Amino acid sequence: MDKHEYIINTVDLTKKFGSFVANDKLTFSVKKGEIFGFLGANGAGKTTAMKIMCGLSKPTSGHVNVAGYDIYTETEKIKKNIGYMSQKFSLYEDLTVYENIRFYGGIYGMSRKNIRQKAENLLTKMEIKKYRNNLIASLPLGWKQKLAFLIAIIHEPQIVFLDEPTGGVDPITRRQFWDLIYEASHNGITVFVTTHYMDEAEYCDRISIMVDGKIVALDSPENLINKYNSKNMDDVFVKLARNPSVKL
Amino acid sequence: MNNITVKVENIYKSYGDVEAIKDISFTVNNSEIFGLIGPDGSGKSTIFRIITTLLLADKGNVNLLGFDVIKDYKKIRNMIGYMPGRFSLYQDLSVIENLNFFATVFGTTVDENYDLIKDIYLQIEPFKNRLAGKLSGGMKQKLALSCALIHKPEILVLDEPTTGVDAVSRKEFWEMLRKLKEKNITILVSTPYMDEASLCDRVALIQNGEFLNIDTPDNIIQQFNKKLWSIKTDNMYELRNDLKNYEYTETSFAFGQMLHYTDKRKNVEKTEIEKFLSSKEHSNIKINMIKPNIEDCFMDFMTK
Amino acid sequence: MKRFIGFVRKEFYHIFRDPRTMVILFGIPIVQILLFGFVITNEIKDAKIAILDQSHDEITKEITNKLISSGYFILEQKLKSNNYIEDSFKKGNIKEVIVFESNFEQKLEREKKASIQILADASDPNTASMLTNYTSALIYQYLRELNGEFINNVQITPEVRMLYNPYLLGVYMFIPGIMAMILMLISALMTSISLVREKELGTMEVLLVSPLRPLQIVLGKVTPYFFLSFVNALSIVLLGKFVFGMPVTGSFVLLMIESMLFILLALSLGILISTVSDSQQSAMMISMFALLLPTILLSGFIYPIENMPAILQWIAYLMPPRWFIIIIKDIMLKGVGLLYVWKETLVIIFMIFLFIILSVKKFQVRLE
Repeated sequence: MDKHEYIINTVDLTKKFGSFVANDKLTFSVKKGEIFGFLGANGAGKTTAMKIMCGLSKPTSGHVNVAGYDIYTETEKIKKNIGYMSQKFSLYEDLTVYENIRFYGGIYGMSRKNIRQKAENLLTKMEIKKYRNNLIASLPLGWKQKLAFLIAIIHEPQIVFLDEPTGGVDPITRRQFWDLIYEASHNGITVFVTTHYMDEAEYCDRISIMVDGKIVALDSPENLINKYNSKNMDDVFVKLARNPSVKL
Repeated sequence: MNNITVKVENIYKSYGDVEAIKDISFTVNNSEIFGLIGPDGSGKSTIFRIITTLLLADKGNVNLLGFDVIKDYKKIRNMIGYMPGRFSLYQDLSVIENLNFFATVFGTTVDENYDLIKDIYLQIEPFKNRLAGKLSGGMKQKLALSCALIHKPEILVLDEPTTGVDAVSRKEFWEMLRKLKEKNITILVSTPYMDEASLCDRVALIQNGEFLNIDTPDNIIQQFNKKLWSIKTDNMYELRNDLKNYEYTETSFAFGQMLHYTDKRKNVEKTEIEKFLSSKEHSNIKINMIKPNIEDCFMDFMTK
Repeated sequence: MKRFIGFVRKEFYHIFRDPRTMVILFGIPIVQILLFGFVITNEIKDAKIAILDQSHDEITKEITNKLISSGYFILEQKLKSNNYIEDSFKKGNIKEVIVFESNFEQKLEREKKASIQILADASDPNTASMLTNYTSALIYQYLRELNGEFINNVQITPEVRMLYNPYLLGVYMFIPGIMAMILMLISALMTSISLVREKELGTMEVLLVSPLRPLQIVLGKVTPYFFLSFVNALSIVLLGKFVFGMPVTGSFVLLMIESMLFILLALSLGILISTVSDSQQSAMMISMFALLLPTILLSGFIYPIENMPAILQWIAYLMPPRWFIIIIKDIMLKGVGLLYVWKETLVIIFMIFLFIILSVKKFQVRLE
C-alpha cells in the first residue's frame, strides 16, 4: 500500500522506565481516516504509547512518525496537527461553553472569525445554542463529553486521540458520542481511541490489543473474532489478555 | 420476612437544587447480589452512602438487618464492608500493610478471617511487599476488596468496583463476588457497565435519581415487548444514516458491529426492512430477530 | 488500644515514606534556625554616636564609658550644646545622640530620678529603634550594677525585650519566634494536610464506616505529629543553646511542658482547619495565610506589638503564638517560673479547649 495512506507509523517503538519495559518494540500503522481502537489491560502500556504519539514524551528507541512529522524532532508540528481528549481532562468547568471554545480555538491559533463561525456550527450541531453562556459545570455529563470531543477537533486536526472518552456515560449518550466519532472519521479525521467497553471496540475499523507492553493482535474486529473463534471482542480480549501465550 | 437484609423505604436526597435521588425504595435479600446499574451522576453513590451511614437521607428510612441507619449507625458500621468509588487504599503503604491496617481498625487480624479472603489474597500475595500505589488497576481492586472483607462483614457494599478496570480483571472480580455470595454475604454493587447486570441476581436500573426498573435481569428482559432486530450491512456508516432517516424507525442503536433496531409498525416482517435497505443500495444485508440485553432495555426505559 | 497503635504506626509509615514531609518536618526547622541565626541578625556594631554631657559628673562618665566599651558604639563627637545636635545629624554619619541633663548625679541622688535623652536618626526606623533599644538596655544594666533602687524614672523608652538580653544578641529575639513559627507550621499544617489527604483519597469514607470513633481517628492522626513536633521543639532549644549560646535560665521541664501545650494548641488548630477544607491545597492555603503569616507578623516575633496600630494590637491578642513567645522568653531569658507565666499559660489552655470543642463539633461522623 502507498505509504502516504498511513498517518501514524511506528517501528520498534520502545519505552523503558529504568528496567521496566512499558512499550516493547511496538510496530504498527494507522490509516488515514480510520477509527483505530487501542486496547489493553490496565498497565499494559497504552497510556505510555499514547503520550509518545502526542509528543508528550520521547521513546527510548524506535521510529515514530505522526501526521508526517518525526516524534523526536518535530513535536511542535505534531501538536498542531492533533487533538486530544480524555475522560479526566476535558473542559474548564468554571468557563462558559463559548469561552471554552474560544480558549481552545485560540490555543491553536485560529482567527477570531474562524472561531466564531466554528462555534456557531458546533452549537447548532449539538442543539445547545441557548446554553452558549452557561458554565460547563452546569451541563449534564453526557453533554460535556460530547462538547469536549467537538472542541478537541475544532481546529480540524489530522488525528484525534481519545483516552477512554465514554467512561460512565449513559448508553444513549455513549452512542451519540460514537455518532460524532463516525462523522469525524467520515470527514477524514483519524480517530485513535482507547476504551474499556468491548462493544465499543467493535465500532472501530481496526483494533490493536496490548498485553504487557507488546501488541499481541492487530486486525479488524471481525477478523479477530473469527481468528480466535469467539462470539465477540470481549471474548477475544479475555482470551488474549488472560493467556498471553496465545499470540498471532 | 426474615430473609430481607436491606430495606430501603422512600429515601430522598437533594444537594441544594439538585435532586440526587427521588423517592427510592427497594429491598435486598440475604446473600443476594443486588446491582445498581446506571451512568455516572445517576445517584448510585448517594444511595450507597446513605446505606453505609455516611450520609443522611432528607426523607425515608433505611434498615439493615433490623438496625436503623441513623439510630444504630455504630452497630451497622461493624457489620458492613464498604468499598467507595475511588480505590481507597493508602498508596504509600504496601499490600500487606494496608491489609494489616484495616484489620486492626476493625479490631481483628488478617489470620483470623484469612479463610474469607484467601482466594482473593492468594492472587496478590506475590506482590505483598509492593506499595499499593504501584499495583495495576486489577490488583488494586483485589486488594481493596480484601480490605473491605477483612472483618467478615455480613453486607458488602461496592461502589463501582469495576470502573476503569480492564475486561479481564472485571471478569475475575465478578467470579470472586459469586464465591462470596456462597459464603452467605449479601452484596450490593453498582456499575455503569450494562453487561454486568446479567451477573447480578437482581438489578435496579437507575437514571437521574430514579429507578427505571427493578427486577431480576431475566424479568427485565422479558418486559421488552417489541421485536428487536440486529442489522448489519457492508456500509455501516450509511446504514446508520439511512435508518436514522427511515420513517418507520423507532430506535436504532449501534451494538458492536451491529445495529439494534426497533420498528414503529407492530408486526413488521424482516423482508420489509430488507426491502428498504436494498432500495438504499446496501449489500450483504444481514437481519436477525434477537433477544434484547439489559442495555437495550435500559435505553428502552430511558426513551419512554 | 491495638487499633490506636495500628493507626499511629500507619501514620508513621506515611511520614517516613514521603520525602517532602520529612523535609518539612526536619529540614525546615534546622534551616530556619540557621538562617535567622546567622543571616538575618540585626545586630549593630560600631554605630557612630555623639554625646552631649551637660553634667560631666562621675555617673555620666561611667555611663559613657559603658556605652563605648560595649563595642556597639563609637563615640564620634562630644557636643558642647543643644545647638550642635541637629548639625551633627545632618552631617550624616551620626546615628544617635545621647544627652545627659545637667546635674545628673545630684538629681539622681536627691530626687531619685534623672533623665537621659536619646535621639536617633529615624530616617532608618529599624536601626533607630534598635540603637535606642541597645542604648537603653545598656543604661539599665549600668543602673542595676549601681545597685540603686531609685532608677525607675530615667526618661527613656524602656524596651522590655532588650532588658533581659544581657549580651544584646539578635538571635535571642528570634529563637522563641522561630520556635513558635515552626511548631505552628509543623503541627497545624501537617495534621490538617494529612487529615484532608484521607478525604481526598476516599480512605476517610472507609475509616468513617469502620467502628473507629471520630475521636480515635483524630487522636491517631495527631499523636505522631505531637511526638515529632516535640522532637523539633527540643532540637530548636538545643540548637539555640549549643550553636548560638542561647541560655535556658529557667526550668527546662517547664519550658518543655509549655511547648507541649503550644503543640497541642497548634494540633487542635490543624484539626479545625481540616474540618473546613476538602482539598490539600485549601488546607495548605488556610494554614499558610491564617496561621503562618500572622505568626510572623502579629506575634511580636519580628515587629514589636507596641508599635502597631491599636486595632492590630487587639488582633495580636488573639494570636496564639504571641502568648507562647512571651512564655518561652520569660522562661529562657528571665528564668522565671510558672508563677510569672500562669496567665499566658491559661490563655493557651483556654485556646486549646476552644479549638478542640470547635473541631469536635465540626468533625462529623458522616460525610456532610
